[in-house]
Amino acid sequence: MLFGIEWDTSGNWAFAASIFPILLKGLWVTLQATAVGFLVAAALGLLLAVLKASPLRIIAWPARLITEFLRDTPLLVQLFFLYYVLPEYGIVLPAFLTGALALGVQYSAYMSEVYRAGIESVAHGQTEAARALDLPAPRIFRAVVLPQAIPRIIPAMGNYLVSIMKDVPVLSVVSILEMLNVAKIIGDRTFNYLIPLSMVGGLYLILTLCAAAAIRQLDLRLPKRGIPLR
Amino acid sequence: MEWTSYIGPLLEGAWVTVQLTAYSTVLGAFFAFAFGIGKLSRNWAVKGIAIAFIEVFRGTSLLVQLFWLYFALPLLGQALGVDLRLPPVVAGTLALSLNIGAYGAEVVRGAIQAVPRSQLEAAKALDFSARQTLWRISLPQAIPEMMPSLGNLAIQNLKDTALVSLISLGDLAFRAEQIRNFTQDSVTVYTLLLFMYFGMALVLTAIMKLLERSVGRWRAGRS
Repeated sequence: MLFGIEWDTSGNWAFAASIFPILLKGLWVTLQATAVGFLVAAALGLLLAVLKASPLRIIAWPARLITEFLRDTPLLVQLFFLYYVLPEYGIVLPAFLTGALALGVQYSAYMSEVYRAGIESVAHGQTEAARALDLPAPRIFRAVVLPQAIPRIIPAMGNYLVSIMKDVPVLSVVSILEMLNVAKIIGDRTFNYLIPLSMVGGLYLILTLCAAAAIRQLDLRLPKRGIPLR
Repeated sequence: MEWTSYIGPLLEGAWVTVQLTAYSTVLGAFFAFAFGIGKLSRNWAVKGIAIAFIEVFRGTSLLVQLFWLYFALPLLGQALGVDLRLPPVVAGTLALSLNIGAYGAEVVRGAIQAVPRSQLEAAKALDFSARQTLWRISLPQAIPEMMPSLGNLAIQNLKDTALVSLISLGDLAFRAEQIRNFTQDSVTVYTLLLFMYFGMALVLTAIMKLLERSVGRWRAGRS
């Protein structure tokens, strides 16, 4: 029994049908962790990208080093670090938030590169024209660069959203009941790993194939209007 | 306990991580080429298998694949009457290389498709067979193009090896977890761990850059 739902071990199909609602509960947690992780990654990534674009080397350099460091170390280790080290400094977060934060921190490094590519794709003439009109630098960034960069980076961000979803099972190590962990627990208790784990694989496959199709559609429909291409 | 006393066991774990990365990257490269070229095949059976392989291993999570190979596959074997129990090392290497191989296959396919058409037409005009065209015309020009992406995948693979600690393989992350359980000194252990992975990634990046430069000369003669 898990989440108050009993399983039925009388036959393979009955078992699969009885654990499906339990797996869906796990899937819901997976999607929540994906969403929170993505939001953290999008925000932190933007911060890193802005810092890296700074003309001051004392700001740009550490930001670049941090990006490299975050990108080159495993999510699992970053997660353990946050989970065990933050409390030592008095920051006690619920496991779910720590997990989502770890996902966000890892992917902020990738995200910052996406932003950078998007920002660089906005023609130089645009920022020069804005500067000629005497707009202050923060306003140039907010009103001229970002609105043009964001539509171009949406497909890449979508791909990272899918990657984040595929990395959520790592959070099971801090006992978050996401889909894989739920399947593992069912396996531990019934000694039948084959059916739950295969179902999780199937559900992941369906989700990622749908997401890939959605991103393709989005890419086709994104307004290219008002975005001068060189 | 002094933090220097952690170094010994951590280095032992790091050696396991290095070996695992090496095996799974090499095996992964093999899968990448096999299925990347397979996806371009005109034979629908070969093409279908390659597409199915790529979609399954790119579309599901690595940890799901790892758990499936380690926990579920033996049960499938039992049902079929064959012994499919894999030792952790084999399950780990296989999951890592299948996963990275599927990502690599798309890189290989993309690079081969990016070889200019005129090259293939010239090969045809010179009466090269399909096999000769692939080995002598397409691949030598495609490989330098795919190197930067394959380098990123190798780093990805190094990071992913940390997950094998979850099927109780004594890699770097596993050793660190043991030390932490023993000493409760999380800050030192995990800081050391992060920097060790970072160091290994820098070395791997340098190796991939060298490899990239050495195959770069195949680019010569490209129009």
